[in-house]
Amino acid sequence: MTQENLLMIPEISVVILLLPLLGFLFNIFFGKRIGRLSSTIATGIMGICLALASYIAFTKFVYYPDNGMIQLKFDWFTLGPGNAVSVGIGVDNMTAMMLVVVTLISFLVHLFSTEYMRDDKRYSRFFAYLGIFTFSMLGIVIANNFLFMYIFWELVGLSSYLLIGFWYEKDSAANASKKAFITNRVGDLGFFAGIMILFFTYRTFFFDDIFAKILGDSLHGIAPILPFNSGFWLTVAGILIFCGAIGKSAQFPLHIWLPDAMEGPTPVSALIHAATMVAAGVYLTARVFPMFTAHALLFVAYTGAITAFLAATIAITQNDFKKVLAYSTVSQLGYMVMGIGVGAFTNGFFHLVTHAWFKACLFLASGSVIHAMHHAMHHLNDHHTDPQDIRNMGGLRKTMPLTYLTFLFATIAISGVPFTSGFLSKDGILAGTLAFAQLTGNWLIPIAGFGAAGMTAFYMFRLTIEAFHGVPKTKIATQTKENKFVIVFPLVLLAVMSFWFFYSANPIDASKGWFASRMKAPATSVPTAYQFRFLVPEERLKQEEEAQEKLEKANVDENTEKLKKRIHEELEIAYATGQENRDSVEKYKQEFLKNKEEAKARARHPLMAKKSMKDGSGEKEEFLTVFEEKIEEAHLPAMFISVLIAGLGILLSFTVYQFKAMNSDNLANQFGLLYRLSYNKWYIDEIYDASVIWFTLNFSKVLGLFDLKVIDGIVNLTAWVARLAGQATGIFDNVVVDGLVNLIANVTGTLGSIMRKFQTGRVQTYIGLTIVVVILLVYFLA
Amino acid sequence: MGIGLTHYLILSGILFAIGLFAVITRRNAIMVLMGLELILNSANINFIAFSRFGGINLDGQVAAIFVIVLAVTEAAIALAIILNIYQNYKHIRIDEINKLKE
Repeated sequence: MTQENLLMIPEISVVILLLPLLGFLFNIFFGKRIGRLSSTIATGIMGICLALASYIAFTKFVYYPDNGMIQLKFDWFTLGPGNAVSVGIGVDNMTAMMLVVVTLISFLVHLFSTEYMRDDKRYSRFFAYLGIFTFSMLGIVIANNFLFMYIFWELVGLSSYLLIGFWYEKDSAANASKKAFITNRVGDLGFFAGIMILFFTYRTFFFDDIFAKILGDSLHGIAPILPFNSGFWLTVAGILIFCGAIGKSAQFPLHIWLPDAMEGPTPVSALIHAATMVAAGVYLTARVFPMFTAHALLFVAYTGAITAFLAATIAITQNDFKKVLAYSTVSQLGYMVMGIGVGAFTNGFFHLVTHAWFKACLFLASGSVIHAMHHAMHHLNDHHTDPQDIRNMGGLRKTMPLTYLTFLFATIAISGVPFTSGFLSKDGILAGTLAFAQLTGNWLIPIAGFGAAGMTAFYMFRLTIEAFHGVPKTKIATQTKENKFVIVFPLVLLAVMSFWFFYSANPIDASKGWFASRMKAPATSVPTAYQFRFLVPEERLKQEEEAQEKLEKANVDENTEKLKKRIHEELEIAYATGQENRDSVEKYKQEFLKNKEEAKARARHPLMAKKSMKDGSGEKEEFLTVFEEKIEEAHLPAMFISVLIAGLGILLSFTVYQFKAMNSDNLANQFGLLYRLSYNKWYIDEIYDASVIWFTLNFSKVLGLFDLKVIDGIVNLTAWVARLAGQATGIFDNVVVDGLVNLIANVTGTLGSIMRKFQTGRVQTYIGLTIVVVILLVYFLA
Repeated sequence: MGIGLTHYLILSGILFAIGLFAVITRRNAIMVLMGLELILNSANINFIAFSRFGGINLDGQVAAIFVIVLAVTEAAIALAIILNIYQNYKHIRIDEINKLKE
């Protein structure tokens, strides 16, 4: 690959990655000094990134569509001898697409923010944060190993925390940022554990190496390597890694942070909490798709289906403009995850891309509305009305026509009306779920999918009608004005991106378009025994079958030879001794036949025991092609049902809110329980409050009490004992030690004062004394 | 009974005692010096007496001559010291010179 001229794809992708970081560093250090210029710099950098990303996408899609991942790998650091940790970056078709998505939306959001954040006192700080976010997000996209992925994953979490809490003077914003961060940590813990399982087993972080080792190579006698030698652990690793996606992509049951994250500035919601960061989880799921086992895929699919359905039900009754969009995002993310979970990889990722455009458009449009409402409120000196509550809007169609039109178009796209991108991708996912249900019998998944589709159409039109149609419900709404060009331009561009022709010439089927042909699902790496049979490529099954036959044959041959030899020996002995022991020969013959059977049984490698998986349908042609065929078959019914359901949802929405044929309050009363469940978000926050958080708080209180009573008691006891001992030693010191010292001093003093009298200083005295002593010495010693 | 070793030793003892007495009791430094001379001479008498009666040839006499020579030099040095003391204290009363105490 290195010899090939790759038109600098890896090098340029590194440049794209580093440019936003540069912008961040510049803005964080010099932003305050240059003031308004900081946004120009940040936006300019994003413009360059966008141009480079477009170049990469174009080159990759046109010249190297089948090249797989174009990678750069290098050793980063060494953990002990021979344990170099390698990292690197890689660009494949999915990466190239994501590069364009991230840079384009980031660029438009930058542009939008120059006007939206105009009066904010931390103007340059905002653009610095946007820069670090874009950097981290691009890092996730171009990482080709789990280590980089995880690092940037956490960086994204951090920048999300900074941006949600951008207006940290507001308690709600500060709390929301904490909630988002902590909730994400819960998921990341699983992600981390999953990475550890994989690294422990494979000693590498690279996606391709890990997948290759999971797959093994039956043709060359390399057996699959599974964590702890069991497919169960592979499932566990897959689910744990998916936990990261549950946190970041706000899947049930960790979806609670996303609606709260709407406390951040609206451009942030558009960039992070609609189009890119939350899509990172889906991207991760798509990235590790080859290592998901059948059970892990089921888990993924059900998580997605539950999320899609649950969030849609909640979105129906919310009144906050951005909250509705937030739950809609959660629901759509559930869709993508569900799509990947059922094996409709291409459509899941396709929905990620199309959703990024129209959801960013919806959020920016909501930003435009809120901005206009703010200005109107400012005009009227009103500081108490909630500018985000749709009950204060209405009739904005007249005052903000461009915003209305773009919002309407994005709504049509998200509802899945034909001729939009949303229709193409959503239809693909639904067809996938139908095909999956046909093959495995999990009918709940498509039912949840279609239900969510209908509700999506309903609540999105409810939002549009309540906010833009009818008559203004407050004076503020009448005073709103259309925003400036830099706000409206991104809306128009994003709305236009939601037309079908960007992805496929056929407005009702994208499976033949350029997008689908370049985003083919990667072949699964999981051993056949642990995977849905229809997801295993046909050639691999054939290869495995051949290899198995070979093995069987070899085993049988070997045993046959052995037994033949022994029969021969036995006959020879019989001839030699002259005794024809026919019984003995017969015995060996019997054994020979028995061994032949046993050899056949032994030849079946446990991982290759495909017969057990065949039980259900018993059909031989359950290959990937079958799944694709089924999807194609399911395409038409899925399309009819989804159009029908979306139409019904839209119709119902118009009946209730536009023509007021039914009173919405009456409806709410009629479905009292359901309404309250939905309005209160299924009480999930309350359940968490009452369970996990209650438990944690009380547990910490108990621990605190334990600390206060037991630990502090012990500490105080030791202190008391130490003080007592100190006092005792003090007394000992004072009496005994000091007494001894004083005694010695006194004795010395007394002796000294006696001796002093002899020291007269007179030579004659000394001589006299000397004489006396000498005489005494002589007298006593001699 | 003629004059023997004992008589000499007794004489020497008396002379030593007188010298010692002078050294210890005299207040004048010159007198102390004179007492010292007596002590040296008592030793000389001992040397000579042992030389005569102890059977050790002339060695004792030689030692006596050495002592006399040393006494001369000692007297010279001592007188020089006394002169210095006089210049410092303007007297030579040895019992009043008790700087050693300090």
